[in-house]
Amino acid sequence: MSLLIVLVLIVPAFLSWPLGRAMTLLIDPRPNSTYGRWTSRIFSKTGGAAAVEEQDWKSYLFSMLIFNLLMFAFVTIVLALQQWLPLNPDGKGALEASLIFNTAASFVTNTNLQHYSGEVSMSYFSQLFGLMWLQFVSAATGIACLAALARALGGRKTVGNFYSDLMRTTLFILLPLALVVAILLLAGGVPMTLDGAVIAHTLEHATQTIARGPVAAMEAIKQLGTNGGGFFGPNSTHPFENPSFFTNIIECISIVLIPMAAVWMFGRITGRMRDAAVIFAVMMSLLLLKGAAALWLEGVPTAAFSGLPVEISSNLEGKELRFGSGAGALWAAVTTATSNGSVNCMHDSLNPLTGLVPLAGMWMNVVFGGVGVGLINMFIFIIVGVFICGMMVGRTPEYFGRKVETREMTLALLALLVHPALILGGTALFAATPAGAATVLNNGAHGFTEILYEFTSAAANNGSGFEGLGDNTVPWNVATGIVMLLARYIPIILPLAIAGSLAAKKPVPETAGTLRTDTLLFTFIIFGSVVFIGALLFLPVAVLGPVADHLAALRD
Amino acid sequence: MKTTLSFRDMTRQFAVSLRLLPLTILICSGFYVGIILLVAQGIPYSSSGSLVRAENGNVIGSELIAQQFSRPEYFWPRPSAVSWNAAGAGGSNLSPASLAIRQRTEKLLAELALKKGEKVPADLVTASGSGLDPHLSFAAAKFQVPRVARARGLAIAQVMKLLHSTKIAIPLVNESLVNVLQLNRALDRLQQ
Repeated sequence: MSLLIVLVLIVPAFLSWPLGRAMTLLIDPRPNSTYGRWTSRIFSKTGGAAAVEEQDWKSYLFSMLIFNLLMFAFVTIVLALQQWLPLNPDGKGALEASLIFNTAASFVTNTNLQHYSGEVSMSYFSQLFGLMWLQFVSAATGIACLAALARALGGRKTVGNFYSDLMRTTLFILLPLALVVAILLLAGGVPMTLDGAVIAHTLEHATQTIARGPVAAMEAIKQLGTNGGGFFGPNSTHPFENPSFFTNIIECISIVLIPMAAVWMFGRITGRMRDAAVIFAVMMSLLLLKGAAALWLEGVPTAAFSGLPVEISSNLEGKELRFGSGAGALWAAVTTATSNGSVNCMHDSLNPLTGLVPLAGMWMNVVFGGVGVGLINMFIFIIVGVFICGMMVGRTPEYFGRKVETREMTLALLALLVHPALILGGTALFAATPAGAATVLNNGAHGFTEILYEFTSAAANNGSGFEGLGDNTVPWNVATGIVMLLARYIPIILPLAIAGSLAAKKPVPETAGTLRTDTLLFTFIIFGSVVFIGALLFLPVAVLGPVADHLAALRD
Repeated sequence: MKTTLSFRDMTRQFAVSLRLLPLTILICSGFYVGIILLVAQGIPYSSSGSLVRAENGNVIGSELIAQQFSRPEYFWPRPSAVSWNAAGAGGSNLSPASLAIRQRTEKLLAELALKKGEKVPADLVTASGSGLDPHLSFAAAKFQVPRVARARGLAIAQVMKLLHSTKIAIPLVNESLVNVLQLNRALDRLQQ
């Protein structure tokens, strides 16, 4: 068990160091390097001068939004026309309008909440040219925005060029990594074919239709880009997405690899590696805590078996045997720490208290978080931490040598409150009306948790689910679609506005009175602001959902 | 450096996006997929779904996908919430504390006809996440040996020997599994 933790948590932590260095060189090349000049020339030839010129944060954000809008438009067209498009050997039909909206919003925002089942509804064209393509460019969008934030905080007057960042990230960071992982997965037995489903005649003379497809390509970028949207309905529990112990390890490492490396990239671009180390330490300790909690809570046998003649074992409902015990719980912790959202066991069937672990991860949404955006979220908690400390000593707070004042704090608090407002507001609305209450599978507190989980997952741009929920309805599709869009763009726009505002200020010299943000003390301050703010905001719903569920099970 | 966003600037941005977007599609969905498809040609067995074929070439199933077995002479796989539908996979999504799981388990236990004091391994009464888990724990297979041996008129020792020869170890954890389809094929071959 402890070896499993080392494999899926410690190994990527070591790999993240060289990768963070490489990512920095690739996304933020020195102006005179051959690679920098060569790529700039290509981008300006293909995209025009606006694809390479330096931008301020407003212009950068505008480019990001325009590009994302076009991503949304293109994928909507692909999904709406899939019945007439090629690469559809199994003749998948038209998709319902609200499902198209939800799916487009979901993949553009790097969420990958899926209200459809891939092998039932999606043609290979939709999977490859719609969804998988977005798994590259939505991830690249997040990483690009982090690079911009880091440049602003590093004191540069301009924050780079969005198009150059996006193209460099897609071509030179995501593509090579995805190729490596996809080939490893191929070797591990993941299928990759454009042929349609095959009809098998089983040993008991029944027929079984076996859906397959170009799985390996999508599987790799699904994990690397913290996307999480699987080729098949049950995601990485499906033997074709995740055929063995070996592929499970590869996929689990791929989930955290880039989010971890992004921290070091942030440190290098800002020129403050000690600050990055502090952030990494906070994130890593939260991840280890989550992993250990999930492993411990999920080791408890299925409560429904008490008194029945069943051997004592860890909870096996919704789990696959080939990954070994513990793999499901650990994955649940990792996939919701980062905003990945792929699953290798069914979260709805986790023990009630284990279900609290993924929820808590998504409430905080900063334990490495989504590629790029996780650290952008963390930036808000850091600003809040700096502010609280400033208040305590009665001094204007500073971050990276710039004064943090009213304007920045207003924006930071706004950014902080969007997340709980969307989760709690949505959950309240749907729990109180048939739109949500009539769609739950399990009764009582567990049913409430299904609704809570769905909004949490949408707002955290995570994409995992308590899949018992019958969520392919118009109200669910529209509501979570809107939540995903708001929860993606507001927490990118506001932090960049803060960073832009900070960068425009005169630097203040560091003195003995300056609160240093690269110390052990500050590590605890960030840790505290993440845990306390997360806990205070969500404690009541945690009690109404998973905790009540757990206590009810004890009573029976 | 652009500090303001004029209308002209916006249209210029729009034009750049329109030019670069198709390029990313070409690279991510064309070039990338093409390379992986090419590599996949080198391993046709697994890249086409690890299909298991009979001597006459007909597809029996996939090594990775569970199929239904309900006759006494075969080892039975884990329960499936989707009745082993490999074109619409899924788990039960039931809470492990739910009455529904308890009732399902009681029904399964009745089918397994336990002897007094006997306990069934948990994987035989829990539905997997995909509903297509191709494996059983070694204990769950061993549990079924007496039934299979009786139905086939084989000695228990003979079936146990076969079971041991198909055992698969999972790394790191002290657990071993068997692939149900492979095991059942081996059984059929034994009696051919």
